[in-house]
Amino acid sequence: MADEIILLDLWASMLGMRVRVALAEKGLKYEYREQDLRNKSPLLLEMNPVHKKIPVLIHNGKPICESLIIVQYIDEVWYNKSPLLPSDPYQRAQARFWADYTDKLNAKSLYELGRQLWLTKGEEQETAKKGFMECLKLLEGELGDKPYFGGENFGFLDVALVTFSCWFFAYESFGNFSVEAECPKLVAWSKRCMEKESVSSSLEDPLKIHGFVIMMRKELGAE
Amino acid sequence: MGEEVKLFRSWSSSFALRIVWALEIKGIEYEAVFEDLSNKSPLLLQYNRVHKKIPILVHNGRPIVESFVILEYIDETWKQAPLLPEDPYERAMARFWAKFGEDKVLTSIWSAFIKQGKEQEEAMVAAMENLKFLEKEMKGKKFFGGERIGYVDLTLGWLANLGSIFEEIVGLKIVDEEKFPLLYSWMQDFAEAPIIRDNWPPRDKMIVKFQALLDAAIAASSSSSSSK
Repeated sequence: MADEIILLDLWASMLGMRVRVALAEKGLKYEYREQDLRNKSPLLLEMNPVHKKIPVLIHNGKPICESLIIVQYIDEVWYNKSPLLPSDPYQRAQARFWADYTDKLNAKSLYELGRQLWLTKGEEQETAKKGFMECLKLLEGELGDKPYFGGENFGFLDVALVTFSCWFFAYESFGNFSVEAECPKLVAWSKRCMEKESVSSSLEDPLKIHGFVIMMRKELGAE
Repeated sequence: MGEEVKLFRSWSSSFALRIVWALEIKGIEYEAVFEDLSNKSPLLLQYNRVHKKIPILVHNGRPIVESFVILEYIDETWKQAPLLPEDPYERAMARFWAKFGEDKVLTSIWSAFIKQGKEQEEAMVAAMENLKFLEKEMKGKKFFGGERIGYVDLTLGWLANLGSIFEEIVGLKIVDEEKFPLLYSWMQDFAEAPIIRDNWPPRDKMIVKFQALLDAAIAASSSSSSSK
Protein backbone atom coordinates (compact mmCIF):
# COMPACT_ATOMS: atom_id res chain seq x y z
CA MET A 1 0.00 0.00 0.00
CA ALA A 2 1.91 3.01 -1.28
CA ASP A 3 0.84 6.03 0.75
CA GLU A 4 1.79 9.41 -0.62
CA ILE A 5 2.33 11.88 2.23
CA ILE A 6 3.35 15.49 1.66
CA LEU A 7 3.78 18.07 4.43
CA LEU A 8 3.54 21.79 3.62
CA ASP A 9 5.35 23.49 6.47
CA LEU A 10 7.66 26.26 7.68
CA TRP A 11 10.86 25.07 9.37
CA ALA A 12 10.48 27.28 12.47
CA SER A 13 6.79 26.63 13.11
CA MET A 14 6.12 24.85 16.37
CA LEU A 15 2.71 23.95 14.99
CA GLY A 16 4.24 22.29 11.94
CA MET A 17 6.70 20.49 14.22
CA ARG A 18 3.77 18.78 15.93
CA VAL A 19 2.96 17.06 12.65
CA ARG A 20 6.62 16.13 12.09
CA VAL A 21 6.77 14.52 15.55
CA ALA A 22 3.55 12.58 14.92
CA LEU A 23 4.76 11.33 11.52
CA ALA A 24 8.10 10.29 13.08
CA GLU A 25 6.33 8.51 15.95
CA LYS A 26 4.48 6.42 13.39
CA GLY A 27 7.65 5.79 11.36
CA LEU A 28 6.11 7.32 8.24
CA LYS A 29 8.01 8.46 5.16
CA TYR A 30 6.87 11.76 3.72
CA GLU A 31 7.93 14.58 1.45
CA TYR A 32 8.61 17.83 3.29
CA ARG A 33 7.95 20.99 1.28
CA GLU A 34 9.18 24.25 2.82
CA GLN A 35 6.71 27.11 2.27
CA ASP A 36 7.42 30.80 1.81
CA LEU A 37 4.56 32.50 3.62
CA ARG A 38 5.35 35.87 2.08
CA ASN A 39 4.87 34.35 -1.36
CA LYS A 40 2.35 31.56 -0.94
CA SER A 41 2.54 28.68 -3.37
CA PRO A 42 -0.41 27.74 -5.60
CA LEU A 43 -0.39 24.35 -3.89
CA LEU A 44 -0.78 25.88 -0.43
CA LEU A 45 -3.60 28.12 -1.62
CA GLU A 46 -5.31 25.17 -3.28
CA MET A 47 -4.90 22.83 -0.31
CA ASN A 48 -5.84 25.36 2.39
CA PRO A 49 -8.10 27.92 0.71
CA VAL A 50 -9.85 28.80 3.96
CA HIS A 51 -6.85 29.77 6.12
CA LYS A 52 -3.91 29.75 3.64
CA LYS A 53 -1.66 28.57 6.49
CA ILE A 54 0.73 25.82 7.35
CA PRO A 55 0.93 23.05 8.36
CA VAL A 56 -1.05 21.16 5.72
CA LEU A 57 -0.79 17.40 5.38
CA ILE A 58 -1.63 16.01 1.95
CA HIS A 59 -2.39 12.27 2.13
CA ASN A 60 -2.92 10.60 -1.22
CA GLY A 61 -3.88 13.96 -2.67
CA LYS A 62 -6.35 14.95 0.07
CA PRO A 63 -5.48 17.88 2.36
CA ILE A 64 -5.90 18.02 6.13
CA CYS A 65 -5.37 21.36 7.92
CA GLU A 66 -4.92 22.57 11.53
CA SER A 67 -2.05 20.96 13.43
CA LEU A 68 -4.02 19.17 16.16
CA ILE A 69 -6.58 17.92 13.65
CA ILE A 70 -3.72 16.58 11.52
CA VAL A 71 -2.12 14.83 14.54
CA GLN A 72 -5.44 13.16 15.40
CA TYR A 73 -5.88 12.12 11.76
CA ILE A 74 -2.40 10.56 11.70
CA ASP A 75 -3.17 8.77 14.96
CA GLU A 76 -6.46 7.39 13.60
CA VAL A 77 -5.18 6.25 10.20
CA TRP A 78 -1.96 4.65 11.49
CA TYR A 79 -3.47 3.34 14.70
CA ASN A 80 -1.31 0.22 14.83
CA LYS A 81 1.90 1.93 15.81
CA SER A 82 2.70 4.19 18.80
CA PRO A 83 -0.85 5.30 19.65
CA LEU A 84 -0.84 8.96 20.66
CA LEU A 85 -4.31 9.28 22.17
CA PRO A 86 -5.16 6.84 24.97
CA SER A 87 -7.92 4.31 24.38
CA ASP A 88 -10.07 5.32 27.36
CA PRO A 89 -12.62 8.04 26.44
CA TYR A 90 -12.13 9.94 29.71
CA GLN A 91 -8.31 10.03 29.29
CA ARG A 92 -8.82 11.10 25.67
CA ALA A 93 -11.06 13.92 26.85
CA GLN A 94 -8.38 15.10 29.29
CA ALA A 95 -5.70 15.07 26.58
CA ARG A 96 -7.98 16.95 24.18
CA PHE A 97 -8.93 19.48 26.85
CA TRP A 98 -5.32 20.43 27.62
CA ALA A 99 -4.30 20.50 23.95
CA ASP A 100 -7.32 22.73 23.29
CA TYR A 101 -6.30 24.92 26.24
CA THR A 102 -3.02 25.76 24.51
CA ASP A 103 -4.79 26.53 21.25
CA LYS A 104 -7.74 28.66 22.31
CA LEU A 105 -8.10 31.37 19.75
CA ASN A 106 -10.65 33.60 21.45
CA ALA A 107 -8.66 33.93 24.59
CA LYS A 108 -4.96 34.11 23.80
CA SER A 109 -3.34 30.89 22.67
CA LEU A 110 0.12 29.88 23.84
CA TYR A 111 1.34 30.62 20.31
CA GLU A 112 -0.22 34.11 20.40
CA LEU A 113 1.19 34.90 23.85
CA GLY A 114 4.63 33.71 22.81
CA ARG A 115 4.49 35.86 19.71
CA GLN A 116 3.64 38.96 21.74
CA LEU A 117 6.51 38.11 24.05
CA TRP A 118 9.09 38.59 21.32
CA LEU A 119 7.25 41.17 19.28
CA THR A 120 6.15 43.77 21.83
CA LYS A 121 7.69 45.91 24.55
CA GLY A 122 6.76 47.48 27.86
CA GLU A 123 3.33 46.85 29.33
CA GLU A 124 2.07 44.79 26.39
CA GLN A 125 5.03 42.46 26.73
CA GLU A 126 4.62 42.18 30.49
CA THR A 127 0.98 41.19 30.06
CA ALA A 128 1.92 38.57 27.49
CA LYS A 129 4.70 37.25 29.73
CA LYS A 130 2.31 36.95 32.64
CA GLY A 131 -0.27 35.09 30.53
CA PHE A 132 2.40 32.84 29.06
CA MET A 133 3.82 31.85 32.45
CA GLU A 134 0.36 31.30 33.92
CA CYS A 135 -0.32 28.87 31.11
CA LEU A 136 2.98 27.03 31.58
CA LYS A 137 2.49 26.80 35.35
CA LEU A 138 -0.96 25.30 34.89
CA LEU A 139 0.48 22.80 32.45
CA GLU A 140 3.28 21.95 34.86
CA GLY A 141 0.63 21.28 37.51
CA GLU A 142 -1.11 18.95 35.08
CA LEU A 143 2.15 17.11 34.37
CA GLY A 144 2.84 16.60 38.07
CA ASP A 145 5.37 13.84 38.62
CA LYS A 146 4.46 11.85 35.52
CA PRO A 147 7.25 11.19 33.03
CA TYR A 148 4.99 12.38 30.19
CA PHE A 149 1.64 14.16 29.99
CA GLY A 150 0.37 10.86 28.59
CA GLY A 151 1.54 9.04 31.75
CA GLU A 152 4.13 6.32 31.22
CA ASN A 153 3.97 6.84 27.47
CA PHE A 154 4.60 9.82 25.22
CA GLY A 155 1.22 10.85 23.81
CA PHE A 156 -1.02 13.42 22.11
CA LEU A 157 -0.59 16.19 24.66
CA ASP A 158 3.19 15.69 24.71
CA VAL A 159 3.20 16.09 20.92
CA ALA A 160 1.07 19.23 21.19
CA LEU A 161 3.34 20.90 23.75
CA VAL A 162 6.91 19.71 23.26
CA THR A 163 7.38 21.69 20.07
CA PHE A 164 7.13 24.94 22.04
CA SER A 165 10.22 23.95 24.03
CA CYS A 166 12.63 24.76 21.18
CA TRP A 167 11.15 28.27 21.26
CA PHE A 168 11.79 28.75 25.00
CA PHE A 169 15.29 30.18 24.51
CA ALA A 170 13.95 32.84 22.13
CA TYR A 171 11.04 33.68 24.46
CA GLU A 172 13.41 33.92 27.43
CA SER A 173 15.87 36.18 25.62
CA PHE A 174 13.33 38.70 24.45
CA GLY A 175 11.02 38.39 27.42
CA ASN A 176 13.84 38.47 29.95
CA PHE A 177 12.80 35.55 32.14
CA SER A 178 13.67 31.92 32.74
CA VAL A 179 11.24 29.09 32.06
CA GLU A 180 13.38 26.70 34.12
CA ALA A 181 13.28 29.00 37.16
CA GLU A 182 9.46 29.04 37.13
CA CYS A 183 8.68 25.59 35.67
CA PRO A 184 11.58 23.20 36.33
CA LYS A 185 9.43 20.07 35.84
CA LEU A 186 8.35 21.27 32.41
CA VAL A 187 11.96 21.82 31.34
CA ALA A 188 12.93 18.38 32.69
CA TRP A 189 10.01 16.90 30.76
CA SER A 190 11.08 18.63 27.53
CA LYS A 191 14.62 17.22 27.92
CA ARG A 192 13.16 13.76 28.50
CA CYS A 193 11.12 14.12 25.30
CA MET A 194 14.21 15.21 23.37
CA GLU A 195 15.75 11.81 24.14
CA LYS A 196 13.21 10.37 21.74
CA GLU A 197 14.35 10.23 18.12
CA SER A 198 10.94 11.38 16.84
CA VAL A 199 11.23 14.58 18.89
CA SER A 200 14.94 15.39 18.45
CA SER A 201 14.70 14.87 14.69
CA SER A 202 11.61 17.11 14.41
CA LEU A 203 12.41 20.06 16.65
CA GLU A 204 14.67 22.87 15.51
CA ASP A 205 17.82 24.18 17.18
CA PRO A 206 16.83 26.86 19.74
CA LEU A 207 19.68 29.09 18.48
CA LYS A 208 18.32 28.96 14.95
CA ILE A 209 14.84 29.81 16.27
CA HIS A 210 16.39 32.75 18.12
CA GLY A 211 17.95 33.92 14.83
CA PHE A 212 14.58 33.51 13.12
CA VAL A 213 12.92 35.71 15.74
CA ILE A 214 15.57 38.41 15.28
CA MET A 215 14.84 38.38 11.56
CA MET A 216 11.05 38.45 12.11
CA ARG A 217 11.33 41.37 14.56
CA LYS A 218 13.23 43.38 11.94
CA GLU A 219 10.71 42.51 9.26
CA LEU A 220 7.76 43.41 11.43
CA GLY A 221 9.40 46.66 12.53
CA ALA A 222 9.76 45.71 16.16
CA GLU A 223 13.30 47.05 16.40
CA MET B 1 -25.49 -0.43 34.75
CA GLY B 2 -25.84 2.61 37.00
CA GLU B 3 -24.90 5.47 34.74
CA GLU B 4 -25.04 8.87 36.32
CA VAL B 5 -25.00 11.69 33.79
CA LYS B 6 -25.32 15.34 34.80
CA LEU B 7 -25.12 18.38 32.60
CA PHE B 8 -24.29 21.74 34.11
CA ARG B 9 -25.83 24.35 31.85
CA SER B 10 -27.56 27.72 31.79
CA TRP B 11 -30.97 28.58 30.32
CA SER B 12 -29.45 30.49 27.39
CA SER B 13 -26.03 29.09 26.60
CA SER B 14 -25.67 27.98 22.98
CA PHE B 15 -22.59 26.00 23.95
CA ALA B 16 -24.51 23.94 26.52
CA LEU B 17 -27.31 23.44 24.01
CA ARG B 18 -24.90 21.43 21.85
CA ILE B 19 -24.62 18.92 24.67
CA VAL B 20 -28.37 18.85 25.31
CA TRP B 21 -28.92 18.00 21.64
CA ALA B 22 -26.21 15.32 21.62
CA LEU B 23 -27.60 13.63 24.74
CA GLU B 24 -31.14 13.74 23.38
CA ILE B 25 -30.16 12.46 19.93
CA LYS B 26 -28.47 9.48 21.58
CA GLY B 27 -31.35 8.97 23.99
CA ILE B 28 -29.11 9.30 27.07
CA GLU B 29 -30.85 9.98 30.36
CA TYR B 30 -29.33 12.87 32.24
CA GLU B 31 -29.97 15.40 34.97
CA ALA B 32 -29.77 19.05 33.96
CA VAL B 33 -28.27 21.38 36.56
CA PHE B 34 -29.08 25.00 35.72
CA GLU B 35 -26.45 27.50 36.83
CA ASP B 36 -26.84 31.20 37.44
CA LEU B 37 -23.66 32.42 35.79
CA SER B 38 -23.64 35.61 37.85
CA ASN B 39 -23.48 33.42 40.95
CA LYS B 40 -21.60 30.25 40.09
CA SER B 41 -22.03 27.26 42.37
CA PRO B 42 -19.07 25.80 44.31
CA LEU B 43 -19.64 22.59 42.36
CA LEU B 44 -19.21 24.37 39.01
CA LEU B 45 -15.99 26.00 40.20
CA GLN B 46 -14.75 22.65 41.46
CA TYR B 47 -15.56 20.75 38.26
CA ASN B 48 -14.12 23.39 35.92
CA ARG B 49 -11.21 24.93 37.83
CA VAL B 50 -9.47 26.16 34.70
CA HIS B 51 -12.24 28.00 32.85
CA LYS B 52 -15.04 28.18 35.43
CA LYS B 53 -17.63 27.84 32.66
CA ILE B 54 -20.51 25.71 31.48
CA PRO B 55 -21.24 23.29 29.89
CA ILE B 56 -19.81 20.63 32.16
CA LEU B 57 -20.71 16.99 31.68
CA VAL B 58 -20.31 14.88 34.79
CA HIS B 59 -20.33 11.16 34.02
CA ASN B 60 -20.24 8.85 37.04
CA GLY B 61 -18.72 11.67 39.09
CA ARG B 62 -16.00 12.66 36.58
CA PRO B 63 -16.20 16.03 34.84
CA ILE B 64 -15.54 16.76 31.19
CA VAL B 65 -15.48 20.38 30.03
CA GLU B 66 -15.31 22.35 26.74
CA SER B 67 -18.24 21.61 24.43
CA PHE B 68 -16.17 20.14 21.55
CA VAL B 69 -14.32 17.85 23.98
CA ILE B 70 -17.63 16.81 25.58
CA LEU B 71 -19.20 16.04 22.19
CA GLU B 72 -16.33 13.72 21.25
CA TYR B 73 -16.49 12.09 24.69
CA ILE B 74 -20.22 11.45 24.32
CA ASP B 75 -19.72 10.04 20.83
CA GLU B 76 -16.98 7.68 22.03
CA THR B 77 -18.83 6.54 25.13
CA TRP B 78 -22.31 6.01 23.68
CA LYS B 79 -22.02 4.48 20.24
CA GLN B 80 -25.65 4.75 19.08
CA ALA B 81 -26.61 7.52 16.60
CA PRO B 82 -22.98 8.47 15.84
CA LEU B 83 -22.24 12.19 15.56
CA LEU B 84 -18.84 12.00 13.87
CA PRO B 85 -18.28 10.03 10.65
CA GLU B 86 -16.37 6.74 10.78
CA ASP B 87 -13.85 7.51 8.07
CA PRO B 88 -10.75 9.28 9.45
CA TYR B 89 -10.64 11.79 6.58
CA GLU B 90 -14.31 12.69 7.01
CA ARG B 91 -13.73 13.02 10.75
CA ALA B 92 -10.82 15.40 10.13
CA MET B 93 -13.08 17.46 7.83
CA ALA B 94 -15.83 17.56 10.46
CA ARG B 95 -13.35 18.73 13.11
CA PHE B 96 -12.00 21.34 10.68
CA TRP B 97 -15.42 22.84 9.94
CA ALA B 98 -16.44 22.80 13.59
CA LYS B 99 -13.25 24.70 14.48
CA PHE B 100 -13.80 27.11 11.60
CA GLY B 101 -17.35 27.71 12.79
CA GLU B 102 -16.11 28.49 16.29
CA ASP B 103 -12.94 30.46 15.57
CA LYS B 104 -14.11 32.41 12.52
CA VAL B 105 -17.86 32.33 11.96
CA LEU B 106 -18.95 32.79 15.58
CA THR B 107 -16.28 35.41 16.27
CA SER B 108 -17.11 37.51 13.20
CA ILE B 109 -20.88 37.31 13.63
CA TRP B 110 -20.61 38.16 17.32
CA SER B 111 -18.46 41.17 16.42
CA ALA B 112 -20.93 42.21 13.72
CA PHE B 113 -23.62 42.18 16.41
CA ILE B 114 -21.79 43.77 19.37
CA LYS B 115 -19.50 46.34 17.72
CA GLN B 116 -20.32 49.70 16.18
CA GLY B 117 -19.16 51.85 13.29
CA LYS B 118 -16.09 50.81 11.35
CA GLU B 119 -15.42 47.76 13.54
CA GLN B 120 -18.92 46.48 12.77
CA GLU B 121 -18.47 47.04 9.03
CA GLU B 122 -15.21 45.12 9.06
CA ALA B 123 -16.80 42.31 11.09
CA MET B 124 -19.68 42.06 8.59
CA VAL B 125 -17.21 41.76 5.70
CA ALA B 126 -15.37 38.98 7.54
CA ALA B 127 -18.66 37.27 8.42
CA MET B 128 -19.78 37.26 4.79
CA GLU B 129 -16.44 35.78 3.68
CA ASN B 130 -16.72 33.07 6.31
CA LEU B 131 -20.33 32.25 5.46
CA LYS B 132 -19.32 31.81 1.82
CA PHE B 133 -17.06 28.94 2.86
CA LEU B 134 -19.88 27.32 4.80
CA GLU B 135 -22.27 27.77 1.89
CA LYS B 136 -19.81 25.96 -0.37
CA GLU B 137 -19.49 23.12 2.14
CA MET B 138 -23.28 22.62 2.12
CA LYS B 139 -23.37 21.73 -1.58
CA GLY B 140 -25.26 18.49 -2.17
CA LYS B 141 -26.06 18.04 1.52
CA LYS B 142 -29.14 18.53 3.64
CA PHE B 143 -27.15 18.82 6.86
CA PHE B 144 -23.40 19.27 7.32
CA GLY B 145 -23.47 15.66 8.52
CA GLY B 146 -25.18 14.54 5.30
CA GLU B 147 -28.63 13.02 5.61
CA ARG B 148 -28.62 13.17 9.40
CA ILE B 149 -27.69 15.87 11.88
CA GLY B 150 -24.08 15.37 12.97
CA TYR B 151 -21.20 16.94 14.86
CA VAL B 152 -20.77 20.00 12.65
CA ASP B 153 -24.51 20.73 12.66
CA LEU B 154 -24.55 20.67 16.46
CA THR B 155 -21.54 22.97 16.73
CA LEU B 156 -23.02 25.44 14.23
CA GLY B 157 -26.56 25.13 15.56
CA TRP B 158 -26.35 28.49 17.38
CA LEU B 159 -26.50 30.13 13.94
CA ALA B 160 -29.99 28.75 13.32
CA ASN B 161 -31.26 30.54 16.43
CA LEU B 162 -28.96 33.41 17.33
CA GLY B 163 -28.65 34.42 13.69
CA SER B 164 -32.22 35.67 13.47
CA ILE B 165 -32.14 37.05 17.03
CA PHE B 166 -29.10 39.21 16.21
CA GLU B 167 -30.70 40.25 12.92
CA GLU B 168 -33.88 41.32 14.69
CA ILE B 169 -32.05 43.36 17.36
CA VAL B 170 -29.52 45.06 15.10
CA GLY B 171 -31.55 45.26 11.86
CA LEU B 172 -28.75 43.66 9.82
CA LYS B 173 -29.26 40.76 7.44
CA ILE B 174 -26.59 38.21 8.24
CA VAL B 175 -27.72 35.03 6.50
CA ASP B 176 -29.44 36.49 3.44
CA GLU B 177 -31.56 33.84 1.70
CA GLU B 178 -30.49 35.10 -1.71
CA LYS B 179 -26.77 35.22 -0.93
CA PHE B 180 -26.68 31.98 1.04
CA PRO B 181 -29.60 29.80 -0.11
CA LEU B 182 -28.15 26.49 1.09
CA LEU B 183 -27.18 27.86 4.50
CA TYR B 184 -30.57 29.51 4.83
CA SER B 185 -32.45 26.28 4.13
CA TRP B 186 -30.10 24.38 6.48
CA MET B 187 -31.06 26.84 9.22
CA GLN B 188 -34.76 26.09 8.63
CA ASP B 189 -34.27 22.29 8.47
CA PHE B 190 -32.07 22.25 11.53
CA ALA B 191 -34.27 24.53 13.63
CA GLU B 192 -37.35 22.46 12.82
CA ALA B 193 -35.87 19.04 13.63
CA PRO B 194 -37.88 17.84 16.66
CA ILE B 195 -35.03 17.45 19.16
CA ILE B 196 -33.62 20.83 18.18
CA ARG B 197 -36.96 22.64 18.10
CA ASP B 198 -38.04 21.32 21.48
CA ASN B 199 -34.94 22.66 23.22
CA TRP B 200 -34.58 26.25 22.03
CA PRO B 201 -34.52 28.74 24.90
CA PRO B 202 -37.50 31.14 24.96
CA ARG B 203 -37.00 33.65 22.13
CA ASP B 204 -38.43 36.65 23.98
CA LYS B 205 -36.06 36.09 26.90
CA MET B 206 -33.15 35.72 24.47
CA ILE B 207 -34.00 39.02 22.78
CA VAL B 208 -34.13 40.78 26.14
CA LYS B 209 -30.81 39.24 27.15
CA PHE B 210 -28.89 40.10 23.98
CA GLN B 211 -30.44 43.55 23.71
CA ALA B 212 -29.13 44.22 27.21
CA LEU B 213 -25.64 42.98 26.24
CA LEU B 214 -25.67 45.25 23.20
CA ASP B 215 -26.86 48.26 25.21
CA ALA B 216 -24.04 47.68 27.72
CA ALA B 217 -21.48 47.42 24.90
CA ILE B 218 -22.71 50.65 23.27
CA ALA B 219 -22.60 52.44 26.63
CA ALA B 220 -19.07 51.18 27.27
CA SER B 221 -17.78 52.25 23.86
CA SER B 222 -19.32 55.72 23.92
CA SER B 223 -18.00 56.44 27.38
CA SER B 224 -14.40 55.68 26.40
CA SER B 225 -12.58 58.83 25.37
CA SER B 226 -10.39 57.43 22.58
CA SER B 227 -11.87 57.02 19.14
CA LYS B 228 -10.92 54.25 16.74
